[in-house]
Amino acid sequence: MSVPVEATPIPTVAPEEPAVARGIVKTLRSGVGQGGMLLALLLGVLFFQITTGGIMLRSLNVTNVFLQNGYILVMALGMLLIIVIGHIDLSVGSVAGFLGAVVAVLIVGVDVPGLGHIQTDPILAVLITLIAGGLIGGFQGWWVAYLRVPSFIVTLAGMLLFRGATLFMLGGQPVGPFPESFRAISAGFIPEAIGSIPDPFGPKDIVLANLTNLPVFGDLKLVLPLGGDSLQLTTLVLGALLCAFIVFLGWRSRREQVKYGFRVPSVRQFWIRNALVILGIMFIAYRLAGYKGLPIVALVAFLLIGLYMFVTMRTVIGRRIYAVGGNSKAAMLSGVNSKLMVFLSFVNMGVLAALGGIIIAARLNSATPKAGYGFELSVIAATFVGGASAYGGVGTVAGTVIGALFFGLLNIGMGIMSIQIDYQFMVQALVLLVAVYFDVRGKSRDA
Amino acid sequence: MEAAGRVSDVLLEMRSITKEFPGVRALKDVSFSVRPGEIHALVGENGAGKSTLMKVVSGVYPHGTYEGQFFYKGEECRFAGVRESERKGIVIIHQELALIPHLSITENIFLANEQTTRGVINWGLSHSKAKALLDKVGLDETPDTKISRLGVGKQQLVEIAKALSKNVELLILDEPTSSLNENDSQKLLQLLREFRAQGIACVLISHKLKEVESVADTITILRDGAVIESLDAQSEHVTEDRIIRGMVGRDMTHRFPPREAKIGDIAFEVRNWKVAHPVYEDRMVINDVSLNVRKGEVVGIAGLMGAGRTEFAMSVFGRSWGRFVGGQVLKDGVEVDVSTIPRAVAHGIAYATEDRKTYGLVLMSDVKTNITLANLGGVSHSGVLVGPKEIRVANEFRDALAIKTPSVKQAAMNLSGGNQQKVVLAKWLFADPDVLILDEPTRGIDVGAKYEIYTIINRLAAEGKAVIIISSELPEVLGVSDRIYVMAAGRIAAEMSAAEASQEAIMKAIMRLARAGAEEVVL
Repeated sequence: MSVPVEATPIPTVAPEEPAVARGIVKTLRSGVGQGGMLLALLLGVLFFQITTGGIMLRSLNVTNVFLQNGYILVMALGMLLIIVIGHIDLSVGSVAGFLGAVVAVLIVGVDVPGLGHIQTDPILAVLITLIAGGLIGGFQGWWVAYLRVPSFIVTLAGMLLFRGATLFMLGGQPVGPFPESFRAISAGFIPEAIGSIPDPFGPKDIVLANLTNLPVFGDLKLVLPLGGDSLQLTTLVLGALLCAFIVFLGWRSRREQVKYGFRVPSVRQFWIRNALVILGIMFIAYRLAGYKGLPIVALVAFLLIGLYMFVTMRTVIGRRIYAVGGNSKAAMLSGVNSKLMVFLSFVNMGVLAALGGIIIAARLNSATPKAGYGFELSVIAATFVGGASAYGGVGTVAGTVIGALFFGLLNIGMGIMSIQIDYQFMVQALVLLVAVYFDVRGKSRDA
Repeated sequence: MEAAGRVSDVLLEMRSITKEFPGVRALKDVSFSVRPGEIHALVGENGAGKSTLMKVVSGVYPHGTYEGQFFYKGEECRFAGVRESERKGIVIIHQELALIPHLSITENIFLANEQTTRGVINWGLSHSKAKALLDKVGLDETPDTKISRLGVGKQQLVEIAKALSKNVELLILDEPTSSLNENDSQKLLQLLREFRAQGIACVLISHKLKEVESVADTITILRDGAVIESLDAQSEHVTEDRIIRGMVGRDMTHRFPPREAKIGDIAFEVRNWKVAHPVYEDRMVINDVSLNVRKGEVVGIAGLMGAGRTEFAMSVFGRSWGRFVGGQVLKDGVEVDVSTIPRAVAHGIAYATEDRKTYGLVLMSDVKTNITLANLGGVSHSGVLVGPKEIRVANEFRDALAIKTPSVKQAAMNLSGGNQQKVVLAKWLFADPDVLILDEPTRGIDVGAKYEIYTIINRLAAEGKAVIIISSELPEVLGVSDRIYVMAAGRIAAEMSAAEASQEAIMKAIMRLARAGAEEVVL
């Protein structure tokens, strides 16, 4: 309140109706229950939007957030379950790298003496790779769950093992390129079924605020970029359908809660919250539509996010995973097969690591011996920043998605600002520390 | 009580202490004083505020987190932490022992107070000092013994030796005998008497009123965070009933609900059950135990700590303890496979643990999640949870068992001990078992909640379920059971009907077996 403010004119948005403003603040503060991470994400967007002079939210860059971070999103979903159940998987980067090599070798083909050059159809290759991922996950899960070797050790060994296996598989050489159909997984967009229209806003940037004489940055502008060449309608329609679906689910759940006498946010609160969600989704859809539409990798990620939300919140198996993570002894004595749950979580992680590996290979258009190096760190960091507890039992899909997007935003934003990779690492490290600190502090205050 | 403020005859004086937690006022305007060299018992139901009050004294709750002030030897204390109170000679020994199992006695005694010469640990000095302290508390062990090799009773003595090493003048013991057997408890109480003779004052928090009656000089009763009364136990005769009246605010003439048993056929039978220790496989912990329960019957298993009752129950429940050697489990006269917990549950057997926090509840999850955990099939449809049904089930059990919680969405860790126990019970009731094994169902919960639990047990038996109750409190076993098995050293020492059972008969049976098989008794 009484902090001295720079004596620069900061024109603010026209004052809104106070109740609505309060509702918005409340919604942001609750961060959809993610300990304020959503708020941090929005502040991050705002920050980069200003510091990049309005480039951050251009269609291309919004698209790139998904294109460049799809694999992290996908693997973080698997990591969430592993961390919730009280374990860790350090091997995901290596496993993804290895499976990327597997799919590459299958597609590009190998010379088998006597049989000639054997190639595999991309779809079959992807299927085989996913199954191989499940087997690798099962292998590690078996050591963890049934032989009771700590997951830290098993997956540390796995990290080395599959790093070696990748080099072996590729013979130290990149393998590629791939046919267009396979590359579409990472580089493609959904086909336009409806058509496209010119952007009604036309190419123009709306200047929301002028910031002058700032320390370090100098003069900056807060720009809301609009417009592009044309809008892909299918993407907008899909976005609208998603909004309708989310509102429908929320309304149904609210009605249920009321029926059982739970305290629920007021109707106005409900609509304010949903309006913000719709605004967010439609803005992203609008931006994606302004480039080439919804990337296939984003579609895959969104479908998986929906699936895993359902699994964690609405299924018996999800409930059991959280119970084992919260108190494995109590879960076991309640008749939950704790070991099987741990085993299955690793199988799941393996399959998603395979998908991650496929996405990476398709994106780079080749499998390289170094693919996947260090990815486990991004994946684990995204999960923790998203509010999962290192002690198990706590973590949500929504939080993990926000965590992954946050890291994606950092990468792209710092990339646009041409910040060197060395600084990027250091910034990411600090973000991880500070985010988890706030999360821990928030939780201890609740308790 | 004497007028407060005279420094010479008051060691500790607390004035108007109020301590609040979010939503709860744990202490309301509590005044409390301890004279030098007295044994001052602090009694009250669970949640009455005993431990909270002592945590204020010992600096666990630092100055500023409570209202009011307190004086030690006439000086006002504003402790920022436990170290400051210990420097003054106030030492608290918590209910859960704070020893590190993999370290030796010496290392534990001097933890954070290492005996060093120029910064390097002087082991000779450490061990000899430790030995002297062990002699003081009458523990005949070499100081380099690892804590994990000692029984609970001996560990308790190590804690006290550790307190002595800090030149204690006010020793606070929170339920020191709750996990000790009779013999060890007596030894501990005798030690407290010796300390009194040496001028060390002692605050004793205990639920065991018999002990309080025998050892205390003054008894202060807390109820709902306020001091009800302080009794001078030396001048007047204070009986157990008198203390209970103060604790619950009414006469507890009926500590157990009346029970009309309708007993049917044998529902559950265990024959020649043998289980070995999970690590030392040649040590038979459960040796040839056979027992049965009829429909509608409540069967008690009495015995001392270490008799093997929990081990027996857990080994029957899906072999969740020890190494199975042999035996049969029969339900309604047919042998059933209970080799895993899911199988045992499928056969309608439930085991509600004695340690609800470690084995019973997922504390961070809400009440509804805990209630449905053992029977998720009952609230789901092809593997998908049916939210409304789950809430309906949880609400039903909340009402039926009178679980005090603002909502079934409250996290289990925010409930009191008695209500947590009810959640554990609800979990198993929803699984709808035919045989219910309840291990210490009322441990650590207050008198009123105990009565409610007993009522639930009666209701279950009336519905025709077979109930087995394991309890270390003999009056409880006698009060709720239709038939009693006495266990000692992993065997059934006796079986008696409720009519012929008494505390004396049970103790005699234990002693007889102990004498007969003295060599086999291993602790």
